[in-house]
Amino acid sequence: MNSKSILIKVSQLYKIFGDGDKNALDLVKNGMGKDELLEKSNCVLGLNNINLNINRGKIQVVMGLSGSGKSTLIRHLNRLIEPTSGEILFNDTNILNLTSKELIQFRQNNMSMVFQKFALFPHKTVLQNVGYGLAIQNISKDEWSEKAQKWIKRVGLDGYETYYPGQLSGGMQQRVGLARALATDAEILLMDEAFSALDPLIRSEMQNILLDLQSELHKTIIFITHDLDEALKIGDRIAILRDGSMVQDSDPQEIIMNPADEYVSDFIKDINRARVIQAKSIMTPTNTKSSGATVKEDMVLEDILQIMSDAPSKPVTIENSKGKITGKIEMVNLIEGMKRPKSLGTSITG
Amino acid sequence: MDWFFNFPDMSRSDLREFKKTVDFAFTDFSRTYGQGIEEFFEPLLMFLVWFEKLFINTPWPIIIFSILLLAWIGSRSILIVVGTFLSFMLIGYFGMWEDTMSTLAIILVATFLCIAIGIPLGIAMARSNKVQAAIVPVLDVMQTIPSFVYLIPVVMLLGIGKVPGLIAVCIYAIPPIVRLTNLGIRLVDKDVLEAADSFGANYWQKLLGVQMPLALPTIFAGVNQTIMMALAMVVIASMIGVKGLGLPVLRAISNQYLALGLMNGLAIVILAIIFDRVTQKFGLRMQKYRNEGKD
Repeated sequence: MNSKSILIKVSQLYKIFGDGDKNALDLVKNGMGKDELLEKSNCVLGLNNINLNINRGKIQVVMGLSGSGKSTLIRHLNRLIEPTSGEILFNDTNILNLTSKELIQFRQNNMSMVFQKFALFPHKTVLQNVGYGLAIQNISKDEWSEKAQKWIKRVGLDGYETYYPGQLSGGMQQRVGLARALATDAEILLMDEAFSALDPLIRSEMQNILLDLQSELHKTIIFITHDLDEALKIGDRIAILRDGSMVQDSDPQEIIMNPADEYVSDFIKDINRARVIQAKSIMTPTNTKSSGATVKEDMVLEDILQIMSDAPSKPVTIENSKGKITGKIEMVNLIEGMKRPKSLGTSITG
Repeated sequence: MDWFFNFPDMSRSDLREFKKTVDFAFTDFSRTYGQGIEEFFEPLLMFLVWFEKLFINTPWPIIIFSILLLAWIGSRSILIVVGTFLSFMLIGYFGMWEDTMSTLAIILVATFLCIAIGIPLGIAMARSNKVQAAIVPVLDVMQTIPSFVYLIPVVMLLGIGKVPGLIAVCIYAIPPIVRLTNLGIRLVDKDVLEAADSFGANYWQKLLGVQMPLALPTIFAGVNQTIMMALAMVVIASMIGVKGLGLPVLRAISNQYLALGLMNGLAIVILAIIFDRVTQKFGLRMQKYRNEGKD
């Protein structure tokens, strides 16, 4: 990964809520955990030594249970929360050194945010909501309403411009939230559990809208969620937080194949492995053609199983997106891939 | 055991001395600065006199028409407009037109002053907990202290007349608008403010574009209360020389004129009801977006 592709670089970020910060920070740096810190100094450990590189044009998912610090982390990126110590580089500028004027500029131009509870302005119409980020930059009304109009159309809310948020359903409100964030043309999109408050069908629909938009816009998206299926569906990379610490940050396939610890294992134990694990994760590398059918390396095991069931004894050939042969898969690999890794085995007999 | 049965109080002469000192100090103060303070309020007095004359000298049909127009703009309700029309005709028919105009003039000026001072004060309170902690006790005192008590220093300083009356009305009527402005702004959803922050809104953009509009219904409830309390002060203000509906009531009390007292009292009530209904309807219309359900 070359340094040019990294857009945001978070290093050694700590956040401690409560008084007596300086002392508490030293305690945490010397290895004190969240519970102990709360007991000893009455401070809450929000983030503990977070290091994260976010790639340009990719969707970085941050996962964790509630209280794991994921919403705290995302609010550090646009400094809605100030860190206790650390560094956040955006294109080599440390966001934490921005003056309040520069910060306002930065928020207006570089980063926009979508919220879990939508946080739309109830007294403004859909059009005014979507245009808000532009209107406060003293852009003329004609200009911002034209841009807002474009994004309203793009998220499929044509004809709702004069409605108030209270008149729309949850799914429609979040489309307004998404359009509002996109309207400023910011390079970075922060999404704080943006779809968590929606019911499953609408959520899935919104995920598709997002992926569809992303294939065209190539924004850098930081997406917070507690839902692994969602993370796997949209994430290019997944970082997992626990009690304010980063436990794993890797490719989604890597998380499933090699969970870093029990916590991550717990997260992934209920997923349908056949539907998410891809061929490349379990194949035996080779560059010679095998006797069976040829499939792409991002095909999921479920689909490969369908193909192999016609000729179980013939291994399938795996090729990459450019058509080059990269490996093969035998039936035994499939079975191996679908079963839970050893560290997760405890629940099988139980 | 003497101390057990008799409260260990100050000696009488000491107490007398104490009162004297306070009284003299204030008398001195008012002698030294009274003139200056009076001059300071001179423009206000001129305005009050002009405003009252405007109400009294304008032909009554024009006044009624303007009031009905305002009632319609505020409430958009035919019922309220018709009610207002009948009420004012009745007031005029019973010979209270001029007094009603005087009262209307001072109430409007008092309300305007209270809004002009109260809303910025409420905004300052919402912005800082320290300011809030400092102002809340002052408001508590203003609301609980008997009006007659603060009439004394006001009259000592400014004498009897319109300006001290106006000040007394404002002291009594300003707390609700300050409190409710503060409350309204503080009740604005934190998520919505965070959203405004995340898009790079500055303090004034947040205040004027998000906090004030969302707090407006609450602030308006404060305006409504302020008007009601100003009307309630009309009789007391008439004791220190404010003309209007309060004066006949005062006369009625001292001479036991039942009809006079009732008529003028009811005229005050009618004004209160009209003000209340119009401002309430207006407040409701401002939060139209809240009342409309989903499609």
